Formats: sequence, C-alpha cells, structure tokens
Amino acid sequence: MATPLPPLRRGTLLLLLAILVGVLASAARADLVISKAERRVDLTSYIVRVLASLKVENVGPDPVSQVLLAFPNIQAKNLAAIRAFGSEGKLKGQSIVLPIEVVQPSGAPPELTFFSALLPKPLEKGKTLHLDVLTVFTHSLQPFPEEITQAEAQLVVYQDSAHYLSPYPVKTQTLTIRLPGGRVESYTRQNAKLVDSELKYGPFQDLPPFSYSPVIVHFENNNPFAVAKEVVREIEISHWGNVQITEHYNIIHGGARLKGEFSRIDYQSRPYVRGVSSFRHLIARLPPRAHSIYYRDEIGNISTSHLWGDSKKTQLEIEPRFPLFGGWQTTFTIGYGLPLQDFVFTSDGKRFLNITFGSPMEEILIEKLIVKVVLPEGSKDIEASVPFPIKQWQEVIFQDDWSVVQVKYSHLDIVGRPVVVLEKPDVIPEHNLYFQVYYRFSNISLLREPMMLITGFFLLFVACIAYMRTDMSISKNSPSYLAKLQWDEVQATVQKIQGIFEQYLAVHDKLEGSLRDLSRTGDTQTCKAARKAADAQFKELSKELKPLLTSLQSSPQSYQIWPKVEDLIAKEREMQEKLMTRHSTVVDSFEKKLRGQDVENRIGQQQQKIAALRQEVESLLEYISEI
Amino acid sequence: MATTALEFLPAPLRSLRLKTKQQELLLRVSTLALIYVLAFIVRLFSVLRYESMIHEFDPYFNYRTTLFLTEHGYSEFWNWFDFESWYPLGRVVGGTLFPGLMVTAAILYRFLRALSFAVHIREVCVLTAPFFAANTTLVAYAFGREIWDSGAGLVAAALIAICPGYISRSVAGSYDNEGVAIFALLLTFYLFVRAVNTGSLAWSLASAFGYFYMVSAWGGYVFIINLVPLYVLVLLVTGRYSQRLYVAYNSMYVLGMLLAMQIRFVGFQHVQSGEHMAAMGVFFLLQVFFFLDWVKYMLNDAKLYKSFLRTTLTCVITVGTLALVIGTASGYISPWTGRFYSLLDPTYAKDHIPIIASVSEHQPTAWSSFMFDFQILLFLFPAGLYFCFKRLSDATIFIVMYGLTSMYFAGVMVRLILVAAPAVCLISAIAASATIKNLTTLIRTKTKSPQAASGKTTGSKAAAKGAVDQSLPFQQKAAIFLLLGAFYMLSRYAIHCTWVTSEAYSSPSIVLAARGHNGGRVIFDDYREAYYWLRQNTPPDAKIMSWWDYGYQITAMGNRTVIVDNNTWNNTHIATVGRAMSSYEDEAYEIMQSLDVNYVLVVFGGVTGYSSDDINKFLWMVRIGGGVFPVIKEPDYLVNGEYRVDKGATPKMLNCLMYKLCYYRFGELTTEYGKPPGYDRVRGVEIGNKDIKLEYLEEAFTTSNWIVRIYKVKPPKNRS
Repeated sequence: MATPLPPLRRGTLLLLLAILVGVLASAARADLVISKAERRVDLTSYIVRVLASLKVENVGPDPVSQVLLAFPNIQAKNLAAIRAFGSEGKLKGQSIVLPIEVVQPSGAPPELTFFSALLPKPLEKGKTLHLDVLTVFTHSLQPFPEEITQAEAQLVVYQDSAHYLSPYPVKTQTLTIRLPGGRVESYTRQNAKLVDSELKYGPFQDLPPFSYSPVIVHFENNNPFAVAKEVVREIEISHWGNVQITEHYNIIHGGARLKGEFSRIDYQSRPYVRGVSSFRHLIARLPPRAHSIYYRDEIGNISTSHLWGDSKKTQLEIEPRFPLFGGWQTTFTIGYGLPLQDFVFTSDGKRFLNITFGSPMEEILIEKLIVKVVLPEGSKDIEASVPFPIKQWQEVIFQDDWSVVQVKYSHLDIVGRPVVVLEKPDVIPEHNLYFQVYYRFSNISLLREPMMLITGFFLLFVACIAYMRTDMSISKNSPSYLAKLQWDEVQATVQKIQGIFEQYLAVHDKLEGSLRDLSRTGDTQTCKAARKAADAQFKELSKELKPLLTSLQSSPQSYQIWPKVEDLIAKEREMQEKLMTRHSTVVDSFEKKLRGQDVENRIGQQQQKIAALRQEVESLLEYISEI
Repeated sequence: MATTALEFLPAPLRSLRLKTKQQELLLRVSTLALIYVLAFIVRLFSVLRYESMIHEFDPYFNYRTTLFLTEHGYSEFWNWFDFESWYPLGRVVGGTLFPGLMVTAAILYRFLRALSFAVHIREVCVLTAPFFAANTTLVAYAFGREIWDSGAGLVAAALIAICPGYISRSVAGSYDNEGVAIFALLLTFYLFVRAVNTGSLAWSLASAFGYFYMVSAWGGYVFIINLVPLYVLVLLVTGRYSQRLYVAYNSMYVLGMLLAMQIRFVGFQHVQSGEHMAAMGVFFLLQVFFFLDWVKYMLNDAKLYKSFLRTTLTCVITVGTLALVIGTASGYISPWTGRFYSLLDPTYAKDHIPIIASVSEHQPTAWSSFMFDFQILLFLFPAGLYFCFKRLSDATIFIVMYGLTSMYFAGVMVRLILVAAPAVCLISAIAASATIKNLTTLIRTKTKSPQAASGKTTGSKAAAKGAVDQSLPFQQKAAIFLLLGAFYMLSRYAIHCTWVTSEAYSSPSIVLAARGHNGGRVIFDDYREAYYWLRQNTPPDAKIMSWWDYGYQITAMGNRTVIVDNNTWNNTHIATVGRAMSSYEDEAYEIMQSLDVNYVLVVFGGVTGYSSDDINKFLWMVRIGGGVFPVIKEPDYLVNGEYRVDKGATPKMLNCLMYKLCYYRFGELTTEYGKPPGYDRVRGVEIGNKDIKLEYLEEAFTTSNWIVRIYKVKPPKNRS
C-alpha cells in the first residue's frame, strides 16, 4: 500500500446526509422489500457494467405498480444505459423488458437520482418479482496515478457501495466485482474476500433503506481505454443499390497519461511489457457483405489493416498509424458500402432504412455520436424512429436529442440530399440497436441524374454541330474572311471537278470493257453502240465541266490549282482521243478479220501512251485531292 | 482496292463513304484523342500503385496553399502571411510564390463544383499535372504542324505524351509548378512562332497571354524571356528580319512585360533585373532597325544612308552601354542572381552557394540519365536538326534554337531535362515523321505501278515496264526494311517509357516500398506516421526544428510550425539550424532555446537502409552552417577528408547533436543477422558511439522503422 488512495469524493459525505433525509421521507415506500439482491460488477473493460438481480416482495397491503431504483448523482451522471427485465413468480420465468423512466418522488433527497421501472401489471400483496437491472457506467474508472511511464502498468480506482443503495429495505445481499486479472493494489477489506480475480463483499443481512458503505478497489487494468471524443457516422443511401457508410473517428486513449519518453526500442523488443498500457489496434465488426472498405485519415491511406469476412460478419482490424499511449489521440475515417436490399425495405408505400445506431467498433466509448442519414435527392415525408427505451427517459439519455433536416450536395445534385441528423452523447456498445428512418421516394427520380448527363452531352454535341455550321466571324467583309469564303468555294468546285473526272475514268473503263467483250464474242455492233454511248457521255460530262471551270478560273484563290487543273484537262482530252482512235482501230480490224498479231502491232504504240497518260491523270487527280 | 470494293455496296451506303479528306481528318482527330487519353492515363501508375496522394516535398506546399486559396478566397491568399513557417520570421506567402498553379487548380475545382461534381480539392491537385500533360500533347501537335506538317505534329504529340523526361515531373500527385509550366512554355512558344509566321496581332496577343500564364506559374519563364530575344537577334543577323517579326516581338514583349509585372513575385524585376535586360535590349534594337529601314526607304541614297547608319549606330550603342552601366552602378538594375549564374557556369554554385548545390536535382546531368529520359530521341534529335536545316524557315530556326539551348541547360542541371523534353520531342518527331513519310512514298509509288498495269486489258508487259521510273535496285525492299526498323525503334521507345514511368517515376517518395524477403511488397509509411503523430499529439503551437527538406511536409501534413522549410529564402536561418545540428548538445540547446524549439525531427535510415537520410545530408548542414558561422569547420567532422560514423570518426562528429539524435539507443538494436548491434545498414559500419546520453532532449516518438525520430526539447531546469 505504498500509494495513497485518492480522497473520497465529496459526494459520499453528502450521501450520508441524504440517507438520513431519505429514511425519514420514505415511509410511504416501505411496502416493498427486497428479499435478495445480488450485484455483479464487471470491471474488465473501460466500460463498467453492473447487473443487479433483485427479488422484490410486496409486503404492503396495496398492489404496487412501480419499483424505484436509486443512484447517487455522481454515479447517475455517468450512467450510459439502464435496462430492467422483470418476471413474476417464485421461480425465474420468461422475463420481459420493463419500461424505465426518471422520477422525482416527493421528499426524495436531491443527491439521489431515481428511476422507476414500471411493472406490466401491479404486484399484488405477498407476490414476488424477479427484477434484473443492467446499468452501464462510463468514466467510472479513474486512473491512479494519473501519469505513468511507458513500462508501467495502468492502475485504476473504482468506487462503489458495498450495500445496495435502495429506497427499500434489503434482507440479504452480495456484491461481486470481477476484475480483469493482474495486480490488485488495494481494496476495502471490510467483509471482503478476493478469490482469483473476483472480489466478493457480503453477504449482508437485513439492511435498512438507503444503506451505503463505500468501497474502493485499486487495481491494474490494461485493457484499451479507447474513447472516441466524437464520431460522425454518415449513412448515405443510393437507390442504385448501395448504402455507403462513412465514419469519422477521433479517438483518444482515456487512461493514465504517458510521462517521459516513448522509446521505440523498448516498445519494439517487448511490446507487451514496455507498453502494456497502450493499444495498437481496434476491431470493427461490419455487417456481412460489406464491400469497398477503406481506412484513411486527413493525410492519406493507412496501410495497416486486416480484413476477414464470412457470411455472418465482416471483421476489420485497424491499426492507427502509431500505438496509442495514455493521452495520445488520433483521428481516422473508415468507410464501407453495404448492399441496399439488406438495409432498406418498403412498407405501406414508404421506404425505410433499418440499420444499427452505434459504431461497429468493439468496446469503445463514444462521448458524442452524430449519425447523419443522407437520403436520396427528392425524398419526402422523412421521419426517424430511434428505439431507445422509453420516451420519458429520453430526457436523461438524450440530453440534447434533436433531429434536424439538413442538406448535403453530392455528385450531380441540384437541390441537395436531405440529411437527418441524430446526436447522442455517451454511446456504448449497448446502444447498437436498430433504428429506422422512413421516407418516400419515387423511382423516377432515380433516372434524373443519368438524364441530366445525357442531356448535357447532347447539348454539347448540338453546340459543336451548331458551331461548325454557323458563321461566327465578326466582320463579314474583311479581306481574310472573303478570301476564306472564296477558298471554300474553290474547294467545292475542285471536288466537283474531281467527281467529273472520276466519271470520265469510269467511262474509259467501260470502253475497255467493251473491247474485252469484243475479243470474246466478236460482236462488233454492241461494241459500236458502246462507243456511241461513251461519246455521248463524254459530251455531257464536258458540258457539265464547262461552268465549273469558268468559275474556278475566275476565282482569285485558284492560282495554285488552276495550272494543274488545266494540265489535267489537256491530258484527259488526249487520252480520250487516243482511246477513241484505238477503239475504232480495234473494231475496224475485227471487221476486217485481221489476225490478232496485226491488231497488236497496230495498237501497241497507242496502248503504251494510254497507260502513261492514265497514270499521269491519276497522279494529277491525287495531287489535287491533297490540296 | 477499297474503292472497287465499295462500288458493290448499295447506293445509300455508298453515299456515306467518307471523302479522303474527311477520312484523314477523322483519323487525325481520333489519333489525337487517343494520344490525349494515353498521356493522361500513363501518369496514373502512382495512383494505382499507391494512392491518390501528393508527392515529394514542394508539392505539399503547393497543396497547402491551394487549400488555403479554396477556403479563404483570392484576396486573403494574396495577403497571406504564413506564421507557421520560418519561425520566428514568418513568410509573406502571397508575395513570394508563383500563384499560377494554385489558381489553376482552384479554378478547376470551382468549375467541377459548378458542374455539381462533388470532388475533393486533393483529387483535383493530384490530377492537375496529368491533365496539363495531356493538354501539352495538343499544343505539341499544333506546334509540330506549324513548324513542319501535321504528320510531324502527330508524332510529336505521341512522343511527348510518354517522354520520361516530361513524365518525371508530371505524374499524378506531382503537384508542382513544372506540371503546368511546361504546358505554358510550349504554348507561349507555339503562339509566338505562329505570330512570327503570320505577323498577326491576334496571335502575338495570345502569346503575350501565354507568357503571362507562364510567368504566373514558374520561375523558368526567364528562359522564354531570354530565348525569344535571342531568336529575334539570330533572325536579324541572318537577314530574316520582316514586318511579321517586328509585330510579333514588339507586341508580345510590351504586353507580356506589363502582364508579368502584375505577378507580385516578379513585379519590377521584369524591368530592373539583369536577367530581363536582354529582352529589353533587343526591343530597342528592333526599333532602331525599323527606324533605319524606314530612313533607307526614304533616303534612296546609299552613300548618305551609310553615314547616317554609322552615326546612329554609334549613338545607340553609346547610349545603351551608358544606360546599362549607370543602371548597374546605381543599383537600379540588379545583377544576375546566383541561380542564373549557376546555369551559365555549372561550377559556380558549388563554390559560392552551397544551398543550391546541396539539392540533388541541381546537379549536372549524367549521360545515363539522358539515355534514361530520352532513349531513341537522343539519336533522332540530331537527325531532326538535319531535317530542320535542310528546310530552313523562321519556325524551324526557332525550334533549332530552342532545342540547342535547352539541351545545354539540361546538361547543366538534372531538373532542366524537363525543359528540353518538348524541344527534343518536336525535333525528333520531325526526323521520325520525315523519314517515315519518305519511306512510305517510296513504297507507295512502287506498289502502284503494278496495280495500274493490271488494270489494262491486253496487258502487255512492255507497257508495264515503261511505267517504272529509274531507281536503285532493291529500293522497295530496303524501304520496307527501314520502315520496319523505324517501327521497331518507336515501339521500343514506347515500352521503355512505360517501364520507366512505372518503375522509376511513380513513387511518391513519402511512402517507400520495398520487396520483402518472401516477394511481397513491404510499405514503409514512416513519414506520415511521424507527421500524423506531430499533428495529433503535440501542442498546436509547437515549433519543430528539422533540416529544411522536411519543412513543407511538416507544415502541410503535421500542421505545425517549422523553423526552416524548402523555400530557402533566408540562408542565415538555415545556417543556424545547420549549426545547431552540428554543435554539441549543450550549445545546440542554447540555439534551440533562442529559437523556441519544442521538438526536433531527424530522418534516419540506419535500420531500413534508406539512404537519403540526415546523416548522409549532414555534411551539407556543416557546410551551410559553416558558411555563416565560422565556428563550424568542416574538417572537424572529417577524418583525412573522409566522412565516417564508426569508431574512427572524429570526437566532434561522434558527439554532435545530429549524430546523437540519429543514433540514440541505436547501439542496443541488432539490425542485421550476423552483425554486431548498432550496425548501420546505410553506411555499412558499426557505429562509433553506442552509449549516447541525452541531457536536454528526450525521445518523444520514433516511427516503426526508425526512419523518423522526434525528440522533445526539455524545458529549462528550475534554479536550484
């Protein structure tokens, strides 16, 4: 017992005063007697859970419809959750959850806070009731000493009463305190028995109402004291099939503060000895089929995390960037997507989201939890229903419960998405219950954003087309503008001329074809007809060509092209003539039934020239088309 | 062949057939679009390998200022006095940076937000450089078309899209001035060449605005304002002076100067500092030239004109020299800065400004890094110069000058390879495009004649022979062979570029990755671990002392005040830190007390083998510290000119603050199997001082791989 115990809290003294007052004032409540009270206090984690199993007997004449539960104010302010289960009868049967509300009985001392468990039906005279009360306290373990070095274990102090504080007399009672194991520095030794890591007080017999006997336990507790100063949990619903959850954490090690240096070599060589009070990872139990999980902070991704998954859950183990010693803090964000059909349902034409309220982290105390539900754009008739026990209790549990509709802007939003914000202080894993947010949303609104994109692109293309087709120049008679217009005209004309020349070449091919037919069939008549037709076509084409050429010649922009075009025309004329003469020669020789060899001799020269000319024409055409 | 095939199609489909011109346009536009996309996505390796994060050192400052700009608006940004850096001096941020990059990112961010895309500013910053690199390809295309033809433009766009020399500074996350500046540089040059080619006022105006953007983005604008007058001078000397040149240069210079002076960091430097005087001189010269031209035209008398010319020239030269001398003597014209000198004389920085010489990217370039960054472009470059000289024009003269000067600068400083990259790509593109074009025309003329001959009916062989022109034997085969060779080379280039990008240039340098012994990837995220620890677990007003390299990162990621940072504007302040690091602990304590230092941060690679740590940089601290405070002498830390940390090291070395902080309790650690404890894996020696006691500091945090160590400065002892 080297270390002195911290001074008892002032409250204890006040309590003694309260007890006196209470005893005087509680005559009316003496109808009930607690025949047996067993309390189990679990101190293994940072969150203190007290389960009190009470056997309540009605000894008075009138039926009683409520059981009062009393807590000193200093405990009540740390009370995070309270739940009562009751069952009537001698033996423990099917227990039901009892609604609980805060009450202020007349004449009750102000140092005590009273809760009342309402019974489903009044307790008749002589009947007994089994009542299990689970209370969860936060901030009840005080680190002492408040500063430790890296290698020291963390010691904490817990204060409670050995006697069950009750407005009713208690016949027999015990108190069991479960410690996490390890060293127990000191404890109040009166009526106490320490076996392994369990500390037992009692049994005590026949104690009057409001008995109070302070006990103090000073013990080692190295479990992670993970306290989230603030958690913002954003649940965003997309009816394209995803519920996206983003959680921002600001976590601090709430235990004894680190004093002196942090030595990496000590921590690295024996992390569980030199650094026993620190914690380096947290575990989050995500719903099954969670996907696209990420873990990052303000400056980027954090690469130290592990993920396991099966059909029942997804377990995410995250390591902060550095181990957290007492007083150290860190912030990070985790995010994951969930399948929509697992969490959003419809009933009576309304949709509702059904998802757990608290954070998925194991054994973490959240001092302030803000849950934001972001609904799709265009949702209406929004209401939230949070199932925390009884309405009247909300004033205590939700100290400032408020739900406000905000607006969030995401991709392609115009009016913004409605956001339901729920805030709750002191959230513990016991608050991980389902809550619902009801809203109306029509499926047509789903198509709004794709339609917007489609319209946007459509308008873009239309604008491009309009731009290409309209004349945007400012001055309509500047020389450069006129030159551009003329050039366009020239180009159009040249294209037309090209087309005509291609037709010319097609006609040439036809003539050649007719000669080929002739050599096969020997039918000179059709061949002559073909020549006549070609002749007519040539005339027609040259008629078409004439206006084009004059317009081209008159244009000042054509000085580059014009010589080439002239050249082309000349070459083509020559070729045309050559072709015609050859054609007639061949037909002639057929009529005269000359030998093939002679024909060949007669047209050989021409043949060569025609080939050369054709190549020239083609290359000229290509040149023109390249301009 | 295609035309004949098309004739069998039904009429309506035939009318859909594109004309050759349209086909070409379609092909060109789709190629450009593909190149655009390629240039963007090839820079995303770092995002895929690591994450969407800001890289290296300077980008963190840019990111921080951009964040400030988007949060507080432009006028606040303009007047921003940053008290989180250079404690206790602070820094006038608005007046000492080039705001182009930040404003660009902020505008992009606003634009995307206005289109209702809920992006984060970090994503915008990370992707700014790739986006601008993609835009650069378009400019390169236009530039290539301007100086050669559209084929060369396409090749230039393709080459620059993946050129490692450019990628090194424009990967996703490399949010630095150079990212947008190269785009601005090339745009300014393109617009100026276009202005010279057309003589149009509109294009000169555009180039002045391009120059303004460049000035707002990067200090490298000095290159433009010296290269352009040099180019004008060369044109004058070679007798290529024209009215077009007169219009282009004058309007670009006057407007560009007025615009550039609007940037606070440049201001009156643009008319007062020595680096900008060349442009002004050429401006006046051009006026004189124009005047003389006019007088010559009016006089029509050769003799009279000659004497007039002589007097005018003498007057002008005297007045010019006098102005320059008086300006320099009176201090109106400031002399050249050290950075400028070090560009002209590579040895200058080493002797006079250790702080410039200490930066690795300011070292002269090794041949290997030229090869690494340019590969085949290095061979195509001289070939391209040959083609340029063969078809000399105003535009090709410009690109030749740009290529040659920037190649020189690239040789002087590693980081200036970046400036040379566009020029090298453009000139190489001319070579590649011209070669391939020549080869294909050879092949095409050959393949056409047999086709034409086959069209003949009576198919005489003599006719076909007549069509063949007189050419070398095996020409066609050689051409095909060469063409295949060219394609092979270009494909090797593409493979090389992708490999270099993925292996060398996509590491963020904040997160280190190594191969583990079982082949898996091991990530060392120690920097962020330390910075985040600082951010979360030190008082918000804590002052951190570290070597200047980490200043920007500490302020951006750690959100704490630093003594010195990468904006090395105050040499004395840096020297003070260098002095503290190289003094004994008690002396250093006094310096730290006078600077209000709460924490000291050192980077140490001895455990992981990370070689760019503070022990390796230590000699620079000694040198920079010794440059200002003669008590620090470099020989005190060296043994016979040799730098060592083992038992043979000097006592001063073994007991200076930096040594103690790096190796504190390192002597107890076994780093490698089979080696004694305290074995430094970077230096490869067992350290000389294993029993380090700290009196005035205590270890506050060391990251998991020991790369960053943070020490807390103890408060002064109570008077006993």
